[in-house]
Amino acid sequence: MSKTAKPGWKTIPIGGILLEPGSAVKYKTGDWRAFKPNVDQGKCINCLLCWIYCPDAAINRKEKFVEVNYDYCKGCGICANECPVKAITMTEEKR
Amino acid sequence: MAQVMGLTGDEAIAYAAKQSKVDVVAAYPITPQTIIVEAFSEYVHNGEVHSEFVCVESEHSAMSACIGSSLTGARVFTASSSQGLALMHEMLYIASGLRCPIIMGVANRALSAPINIHGDHSDMMGSRDCGWIQVYCENAQEAYDWVLQAFRIAEDHDVLLPITVNIDGFILTHALERVEVYGDSDVDKFLSVRKPSVEINPDKPVTVGALCFTDYYFETKRQHEEAMRQAPKVIAKVNKEFEALTGKKYGYVDTYGIEDAEAAILCLGSTAGTAKAVAKELHSQGKKVGVIKPWVYRPFPTAQLLKATEKLKAIAVLDRAYSPGAPCGALCSDIQSILFENGKRPRAFDVVYGLGGRDITPSDLKAIFEEALEVAKTGTVKEPLRFVGVRE
Repeated sequence: MSKTAKPGWKTIPIGGILLEPGSAVKYKTGDWRAFKPNVDQGKCINCLLCWIYCPDAAINRKEKFVEVNYDYCKGCGICANECPVKAITMTEEKR
Repeated sequence: MAQVMGLTGDEAIAYAAKQSKVDVVAAYPITPQTIIVEAFSEYVHNGEVHSEFVCVESEHSAMSACIGSSLTGARVFTASSSQGLALMHEMLYIASGLRCPIIMGVANRALSAPINIHGDHSDMMGSRDCGWIQVYCENAQEAYDWVLQAFRIAEDHDVLLPITVNIDGFILTHALERVEVYGDSDVDKFLSVRKPSVEINPDKPVTVGALCFTDYYFETKRQHEEAMRQAPKVIAKVNKEFEALTGKKYGYVDTYGIEDAEAAILCLGSTAGTAKAVAKELHSQGKKVGVIKPWVYRPFPTAQLLKATEKLKAIAVLDRAYSPGAPCGALCSDIQSILFENGKRPRAFDVVYGLGGRDITPSDLKAIFEEALEVAKTGTVKEPLRFVGVRE
């Protein structure tokens, strides 16, 4: 979750208009998350089932294991549910 | 040069829209507004104005087309009433939320059921919180004058809000009145071409109407509030320039005889005309009564109304709309709320009247003035909410 301060009403463009195209990528939806997936890289067998099932494409492939992209992971828990070796556990986000 | 014409309230609004050289009109007919768009379509047909006239299939589509057009930088006008305004309800919030300076003539009419085509303020009060600036007119001249001023106010970059110019159904929409209209060249001087705040440019694309969740929605609404707070300054400036051009003096609040009054009627729209005539008669009998008419209802003219009411002992607030189950009507509720924290607090009571076009007669108004004088004398309100003109 991004902790940087967002601009206030005095500085944002009026009427919710976006002055720059392709800005959706900057919208870090990870801060919607209530539960956070944690990958135990020792247990991960790199089967990529989580990578296939993730509805937000928030699983990054690495050579030997997977990583979660916390900027966009909304914490739905599908990856933990699908993981055949229980390498992913969900823990509550503390804010 | 000013010229005198015989125009109905609807025709006066259409004439002002023509002289404002609007780029786009998207509208759907509904009684008692129909004459506005009919008259305008004639101007288009006769080549008197070069506007794009969009015949749409509903008021929802009308407002949608207006929003799209306005966002391209066009000057946009439409008109509606009653059920039509209700069908637009969803789009009204989008027009103001996207900060489209659209001007809409609203011919105030009752809402169904039972079905009724006559004048009351239920339609506009039902959409009171839509975020538009709302102006109420007493006669056809005011309707014409306010439409011309509305474009200037709405399109100012410190405001950028849509405006409804309200006229009472049939009483103003269909009655022929003497209206002084100004020359096209004078209007051109007063109202130049709209300068959009965001330019439409394919090399510099922008996104409008994007998703805005918990993190920015609130800030966007606070900006909207700021536009409402900036509006009075802009309205005052435009009123002043309009006066310099036409000699006609406008403001947020119109008053009659309140300087030495103890009791007043406070109302919106055409009823103020009758109330002034009755107040004049009562004055000649030595009775201290006055009339207060907010021209601008949103943003609410708090400071001006506190000033107008500071010497009064009693106010009869007239609501031509009914809010079922509420402590009182919308206008009275606003007045009570600004008076509550004010040190000098006249007693105020609510009179719901004229629903579905029921006439409010001089004798009704006389009785209301007498009641207000009684409240001024005793300091006691016997009936905080009363219905005048309804059969028991």
